[in-house]
Amino acid sequence: MTIYAAPGSPDSLVQVQPRYGHFIGGNWVDPKKGQWFENISPVNGKPFTEIARGTAEDIEAALDAAHAAAPAWGRASLAERSLILNRIADRMEENLEALAVAETWENGKAVRETLNADLPLAVDHFRYFAGVLRGQEGSSSEIDENTVAYHFHEPLGVVGQIIPWNFPILMAVWKLAPALAAGNAVVLKPAEQTPWSILKLAELIGDLLPAGVLNIVNGFGVECGKPLASSPRIAKIAFTGETTTGRLIMQYASQNIIPVTLELGGKSPNVFFDDVAQERDAFYDKALEGFTMFALNQGEVCTCPSRALVQQSIYADFVPDAIARVEKIKMGNPLDTDTMMGAQASNDQLEKILSYLDIGRQEGAKVLTGGERNVLDGDLAEGYYVTPTVFEGQNSMRIFQEEIFGPVLSLTSFTDEAQALEIANDTLYGLGSGVWTRDGSRAYRMGRGIKAGRVWTNCYHQYPAHAAFGGYKQSGIGRENHKMMLDHYQQTKNLLVSYSPDALGFF
Amino acid sequence: MSSDLLGRVDLTAEAAELLRRLTAQHGPLMFHQSGGCCDGSSPMCYPAGEFMTSETADVHLGDLAVEGLDAPVPFWMSAAQYEYWKHTHLTVDVVKGRGSGFSVEAPEGVRFLIRSRLMTEAELRAFGLV
Repeated sequence: MTIYAAPGSPDSLVQVQPRYGHFIGGNWVDPKKGQWFENISPVNGKPFTEIARGTAEDIEAALDAAHAAAPAWGRASLAERSLILNRIADRMEENLEALAVAETWENGKAVRETLNADLPLAVDHFRYFAGVLRGQEGSSSEIDENTVAYHFHEPLGVVGQIIPWNFPILMAVWKLAPALAAGNAVVLKPAEQTPWSILKLAELIGDLLPAGVLNIVNGFGVECGKPLASSPRIAKIAFTGETTTGRLIMQYASQNIIPVTLELGGKSPNVFFDDVAQERDAFYDKALEGFTMFALNQGEVCTCPSRALVQQSIYADFVPDAIARVEKIKMGNPLDTDTMMGAQASNDQLEKILSYLDIGRQEGAKVLTGGERNVLDGDLAEGYYVTPTVFEGQNSMRIFQEEIFGPVLSLTSFTDEAQALEIANDTLYGLGSGVWTRDGSRAYRMGRGIKAGRVWTNCYHQYPAHAAFGGYKQSGIGRENHKMMLDHYQQTKNLLVSYSPDALGFF
Repeated sequence: MSSDLLGRVDLTAEAAELLRRLTAQHGPLMFHQSGGCCDGSSPMCYPAGEFMTSETADVHLGDLAVEGLDAPVPFWMSAAQYEYWKHTHLTVDVVKGRGSGFSVEAPEGVRFLIRSRLMTEAELRAFGLV
């Protein structure tokens, strides 16, 4: 067991400055309007540093820096860009513990997750794109014996990226690694709830990239995100967040005729068939953990398996076992490696979750466990903690249809495969899903039948690079976490070349 | 009973006060209820007309009358989402916090929040939901 000292305290691995400006053109710069905002740690609900409150003027400065840097970065050899991404990964790995502690302090999640998932995945993500970049090839097509079509990948230029608060570093890296690999310069806006840990990353790796290739501007969406998303000076915008902002970003993009990639969340079904309970073996135990995965990252995951569908014939036995597993979740100080579940990321997130606990009860869902705010002792009393909650109800209830983004599971039963599929697909979204069965054919049928971009089969919440991640339906556009994301950050240049000396004969 | 007397959406006194302040800064406002990841399920408040609504993709749930404002504040939701929400009555409230997205209240250190209750029989009848 290790309990990390809070960042900024004398024993901590992580230093905290009183203030953090924007990272623009390789320099730390104050906001042009001179305004700052407090950054709060959800661990204890207290402010711990000030962050630049960016405006359109700061976005313009970042775009200036990015446009100055983009041509040379885009021309850099693949070997050179790949090497820099690998160096970033190495530097992150050498400082993994400190980054993990910073991320926990920023977001509230348990340090066991940042140490073992967020940061290792982020490191690997840079290595993955450093690698696939070298393997990417253009193509040449022989149109006829004297005519050849050559296809080259070219960077888009300067791109905008807007990052969510649930995995501040990892989600930034999911967007940065492919964009930088493809040769683009980036203006990145972190979420206003979690503006700081990405800056700690920039402190660490900023010198590895040419100045202006990576620019980070913090601030509020309306003051800083909107000028970025609506700027005619970006060639693409990437966003992870919710549907209304996703639509607004598409609207701005339509005005500038630029591409967008969007990841807008889900309400992911996790389906448990009767054969799971055939034996009380390692697989049964794994399935119980799979049920409990809704609590990973306090439920603040776009793919949170927040709807559990359990076959009626095993319901009476499986559900008590699963609830017992949920009740073993250890809550406490997120900086303690024994803690399994930490704090919700912000006060408004806490309030929203509590409002869903309320409507769930009003709609007649039954609380099988949890169902309330968890007030921890001492210094953590003002942190934003919620007890892991399981509601039993019907798929038509709002708690089954909306992304609560908290440790709240909505549980229902089904009789057969057809009904399981029907319930699984009765949702606006299609990002993640899970299927648990010992029958490979059934797993295949369900996997192909569920309208979602990712079907975890006999597993859940694994995010290895090289497995495409993205949504069907209202869950968004594009596939991250895979080399196909390079295409979303590249133009295709076609050279159509004639090697014939002869005129076509038209004129 | 006409649906003009019964509303599908209402607001608290705190939300009304915030709308007055925000209108002074931004001009007339509108709401569009979000869904999905992160700040999904939160109502987004924009300058009126900033967000393009559509007759086919959205439902206009109502207009929030705010004392002291010339025009009421329209409240919209996507039609697909409304299908799952229509049996509940919504109240726009305000809590301390900091939403993301482009909602205009975020710099004030507060966040609009939806509180919900089941519609009464009379409301369900008025909106043709039974």
